[in-house]
Amino acid sequence: MNNEITKATAPNTTDEFIKGLWKENPVFVQVLGMCPVLAVSNTAVNALAMGLATAFVLIMSNSLVSMLRNFIPKEVRIASYILIIATFVTMIDYAIQAISVDLHKNLGAFISLIVVNCLILSRAEAFASKNTLTKSIMDALGMGLGFTLGLVSLGMVREILGSGSIFGIAILPDTFQEWVIMILPAGGFFTLAAWLLVFNLYKQKRNAL
Amino acid sequence: MNQESFSQIFINAALVNNFVLAYFLGICPFLGVSGKINTAGKMGGAVTFVMLISSMCAYGIHAFLEAIDAPFLQLISYIVVIASTVQLVEMFVKKMSPALFQALGIFLPLITTNCAILGLALFQTNKGYDFFQSVTYAFGAGTGFTLALLLMAGLREQLDFAEVPKVIRGTVLTLVAAGILSLAFMGFSGLGS
Repeated sequence: MNNEITKATAPNTTDEFIKGLWKENPVFVQVLGMCPVLAVSNTAVNALAMGLATAFVLIMSNSLVSMLRNFIPKEVRIASYILIIATFVTMIDYAIQAISVDLHKNLGAFISLIVVNCLILSRAEAFASKNTLTKSIMDALGMGLGFTLGLVSLGMVREILGSGSIFGIAILPDTFQEWVIMILPAGGFFTLAAWLLVFNLYKQKRNAL
Repeated sequence: MNQESFSQIFINAALVNNFVLAYFLGICPFLGVSGKINTAGKMGGAVTFVMLISSMCAYGIHAFLEAIDAPFLQLISYIVVIASTVQLVEMFVKKMSPALFQALGIFLPLITTNCAILGLALFQTNKGYDFFQSVTYAFGAGTGFTLALLLMAGLREQLDFAEVPKVIRGTVLTLVAAGILSLAFMGFSGLGS
């Protein structure tokens, strides 16, 4: 490894990683791929599994798109990206079914629906098709982890308030009256709104300084 | 084979299990295009049309893939059919009404990545609907999507005149409104069962 090259590119690639986690977080800042975020975040476990599955597809598709970026004709690029994504989603769909049938049942059609997650297509189009393999993988890692982080933080709030437990382990005393609404669809909208509000307040405070 | 009647399927897809408010499918255009009632209605029409076509195609593809014993190709073939249908609708709208084409903007090609359409194709396969049941399901889902979009647009047009703190404006306010709308739609549960 040439040390000078590593030094020159290192801050760049780390930046690509960090920006997905925080500055351009797909859930809280970009508000992309909302359908799975709202639908499967009713428990923390579902949210984590969904986040990791999406991250896997994102990393694989980003690296393949980046490797093939000079071969794919411009006119059919979106169609090619979708085909690449669909292939990896089929793979993860069968993999999850093999690992845990219960989990597959809980997530339902939403694993297949990773295909149409705008986040993955937008990363392929906006980033991987223009950047080198290493950068694209770092970008996908950051975005994927950022997405997982968003999903889990939503899932934890909904699970704690909705069933008094976290990752399936009861943490609140029996006397706690569960907020059933948090498990229901409406709870998803409200929780996401609350998180976005927190982020907006934080941003406003920082801009005021 | 599923034995539900047509009216049951329709009410179920349009109201009880509304795609947007109960299944969270198609949230992106729901949040993006629901600013004005006029555009929302036309967007709903376009989505319903794509849903009808892709539902019919999905039925055919499913039967074919069953015949050649290749279920793992299901997802890939569905998405290709949907993408082509959307392309067709896009060309049609561009030719017939350039103004509408402008108004829908980026959200028209994005119908391809509208989960509601792929979700519809997957659900109808899972539920084992026959051809006419599938079409009814697609029509119900499209109606439900349009209804949710129109209601949301109505709400948002009113909210534009409301005095709210600056932090809540935009996505946060829209999400809260969507949550309340979703609560209202829960009142339909039990209907059509």
